[in-house]
Amino acid sequence: MAYPYVSDHEVRILSKHFGDPLQRRVDTYVERGGYGALKKAFEMGPEKIIDEVKASGLRGRGGAGFPTGVKWSFMPKGTGKPHYLLCNADESEPGTFKDRELMRWDPHQLIEGCLIGAYAIGAQHVYIYCRGEFFETNQVLARAVEDAYARGYIGKDIMGSGVDLDLTVHQGAGAYICGEETGLMNSLEGRRGQPRVKPPFPAAVGAFGMPSTINNVETLCTVPHIVANGGAWYRQWGTEKSPGTKLFCVSGHVNRPGNYELPLGFPLQKLIDDVCGGMRGGNALKAVIPGGSSVPIINAEEVSRCTLDYEGCVAVGTMLGCASVIVMDETTDVVKQVRRMVDFYAHESCGQCTPCREGSAWTARILRRIEEGRGTEEDLDTLMDTTQQMVGTTICVLSDSVAAPVQSSINKFRDEYLALIRRGERVGAA
Amino acid sequence: MADMVKVTIDGHELEVPKGTTILEAAKRVGTEVPHYCYHPGMSSPAMCRLCLVDVEGAPKPMPSCVTTVMDGQVVHTQSEKALANRQGVLEFYLVNHPLDCPICDMSGECNLQDYVHEEGRKQGRGREPKRVFGRDDFGGDVLFYGDRCVMCTRCVRFMSEVEQDDRLTVVERGNRSVIDTFFAEGLDGTNWHGNIVDICPVGALVSKDFLHKARAWDLTHTPSICTSCSQGCNIDLHTRDNLVQRIKPRENLDVNGWWICDHGRHDYEWMNRGDRLEAPLARDGSTSRATGWKDALRGVLDGAAASSGGVRAIASAGSSNEDLGALRALVDALGGGEIVYRSARAADEIPLKGYPTLARRRDLAPNTTGANLMGMTRVGGDDATGGLEGVASHEGVVIVLGDRLDDVGADFGEKASLYVYLGTHDVPGASAAHFVLPVATHAESEGTFTNREGRVQRFEPALQAPGMARPAWLVLGALTAERTGGGVARTAPDAFAALGSTVPAFSGIGYGDIGSRGAVVNESVSLTGD
Repeated sequence: MAYPYVSDHEVRILSKHFGDPLQRRVDTYVERGGYGALKKAFEMGPEKIIDEVKASGLRGRGGAGFPTGVKWSFMPKGTGKPHYLLCNADESEPGTFKDRELMRWDPHQLIEGCLIGAYAIGAQHVYIYCRGEFFETNQVLARAVEDAYARGYIGKDIMGSGVDLDLTVHQGAGAYICGEETGLMNSLEGRRGQPRVKPPFPAAVGAFGMPSTINNVETLCTVPHIVANGGAWYRQWGTEKSPGTKLFCVSGHVNRPGNYELPLGFPLQKLIDDVCGGMRGGNALKAVIPGGSSVPIINAEEVSRCTLDYEGCVAVGTMLGCASVIVMDETTDVVKQVRRMVDFYAHESCGQCTPCREGSAWTARILRRIEEGRGTEEDLDTLMDTTQQMVGTTICVLSDSVAAPVQSSINKFRDEYLALIRRGERVGAA
Repeated sequence: MADMVKVTIDGHELEVPKGTTILEAAKRVGTEVPHYCYHPGMSSPAMCRLCLVDVEGAPKPMPSCVTTVMDGQVVHTQSEKALANRQGVLEFYLVNHPLDCPICDMSGECNLQDYVHEEGRKQGRGREPKRVFGRDDFGGDVLFYGDRCVMCTRCVRFMSEVEQDDRLTVVERGNRSVIDTFFAEGLDGTNWHGNIVDICPVGALVSKDFLHKARAWDLTHTPSICTSCSQGCNIDLHTRDNLVQRIKPRENLDVNGWWICDHGRHDYEWMNRGDRLEAPLARDGSTSRATGWKDALRGVLDGAAASSGGVRAIASAGSSNEDLGALRALVDALGGGEIVYRSARAADEIPLKGYPTLARRRDLAPNTTGANLMGMTRVGGDDATGGLEGVASHEGVVIVLGDRLDDVGADFGEKASLYVYLGTHDVPGASAAHFVLPVATHAESEGTFTNREGRVQRFEPALQAPGMARPAWLVLGALTAERTGGGVARTAPDAFAALGSTVPAFSGIGYGDIGSRGAVVNESVSLTGD
């Protein structure tokens, strides 16, 4: 037993050194084979790296699951403009805590991934946009970057390859929306962290108006392993469409919450029962949010059918997202849970788009009223209707994230809403 | 053509240049897609989400203000989907809107009011308390009612992109977002901030000057031209009870775009003055006698017939082309003579950085170009004083049109055998005049000005001239007709046509062809450059 909890079911590639403070040191990292993939990458050249990443089937770990190799190939060539690789380390999705762990236990793994990615897309500068509240993580990263510069892994003529790369860690100021890729770019540039209208897409006009690619921390951490071992090697885990391993952040009413690196396609029920040691106090499972708070909630029956890969989650009407599994037992008040999430989104809405700005706060207020026993049945229809109006009508998908938990919980746990409404009616609160 | 694309909007097929937005293309088939944040003079952040339209094949509704048309695209702005979407967005706008239309200055010309009436839900569903921001003084002429704001950020973008003086910003986020100023002085000291009141689609930004003065539906809008400088900005005079209540810019992309400066915007009180000359005065030394037009004109003609020694005249660069042309014609009919004018010039230009062809010009008169084209000579200093010595000592006929003669003594024109003063007010400098004739202001008459680039632009009468005051071109034209036995121009178009027959620069321009963007005179006018 090490790092809070580990399980025999795990395939620990990215998380191999979680819990080992020595791994943060550049010496240890290099002793254990670190920066070998970078050296190999320089020998391979950008195109072969992109081919290898394509072959691995690696999909973006930030939530959308877009194939990383394909994304890299969108970067224009020969524009004469500076290119940027941005690493999205603004991990703020409620329930998610994988990037933080990747950065604080194994910062050089991320740096190596960033450098390989930057080299592959022809970028000269990498920005790691790290969430503002991650004080310790920021310090660990800053130290690691300093060490890597000192050892010549970042900077001019890296390891005699003739390649120049720079890397900057940028500490955010604490806004969920800055984790949206274009909001992140605005924030990085010193503007309000508001998502931009697409098109133009970042590969054409990104950070500082230049072609940019943005990848999640976990995605970039995977890259050195793929470069070192090959795309085919990576495909030995996971499913055909969702290959490889993934960190699952399990929180909520399980006996052993934590980060678990599992092959994609792992059954959700097994994750709860075997990996996490079952439900707290032997309670019955009520609901799970499998991919961070923005994805639809699923009930116990759906949990039993759900496999943790991109397709498996879609099959039960939800999404894998960033694989933040929030487990709720029978004691959970679903309405309160949803209201708290919507409160979060209402607080974090950037305020640009009307449906999100007004809709999220309005939804939160209606939910609060229902929770306090002053709701009516029509409120549920209003909620379904207004949240539907928030889907697909805004610049980014924060507004869709409000709709997902509200609509799915009303559909699946309508009884709980009605119970609160009826109770309110009985005591005459409405 | 390679750079044209075919698009179908609401069943109308049309060809538009590549790069045209759906919203702009829809305008061409007569469809105004409702919008707040989009403004043709600024960037489009596509954040109001009201202009979302239904594009066939697109997975989501598309913001028409930033989505450019693609060949073969089929767009529906009135489909069930598009209407349902607008209804939904409009409902969101009302979640926190105070609906204080009865006390809101914007009521009657408010886009939120219009859109909700046209396409909104008939019954509200909001039961929650609304958030309250209250009122803020933004400095300058602007008051901010935060609760009414729809967060379109047009004002923020105007200040940063057009005036290019970042004075406003959005603070906070989510539905706590509110427009605010950076420092205590707010908009004080900026010269174009009045425009943010115009472009505010709701009553969030209102003018202190116009606050609670009139309801929008009681105002009559009359197209006019700003007389504050030689730029010739197109404006509308908004009047009620024969008083100008406010000035709003009128779009003319060749001159002022959508904007006017704050000086011009507030330069209307003089049009409302009540101490006007209302009847022709026959004056003999210290006694003045109000008379009728017939007697007054007969007296002027008799006096002119008895005079010798030629004619000298003082004009004003604030008079219309028609007035100046009629003066020229009369002076010529009386035997010819020099016409001078004085006009004020500011020390510096005040440019609007984001609209390079627009500035408050140094030349503070609206028709200097017209006066110059008619062979009149500018005299005096930049404060519009001095330079009248020649006229003051003239012993023949002296005619003054429009100049207020603030810097001359009561003995001005004493030596003249006939001194006729045409103006809006009786002034000390007209004490020695034989006849003081009341004329209408440009706000009370029809006519044209020629701006600094030689663009002839029309204005229309917004107010009723007081008493017996008449347009100067009519008074002067009647005198000329009587003197020469020729025909008299009874309408402004006639007066302009008469001008065209004598001043070559104006020949070839038909009054009816001037249109809403003006017509440039047909000889190269040397720009004064200020």
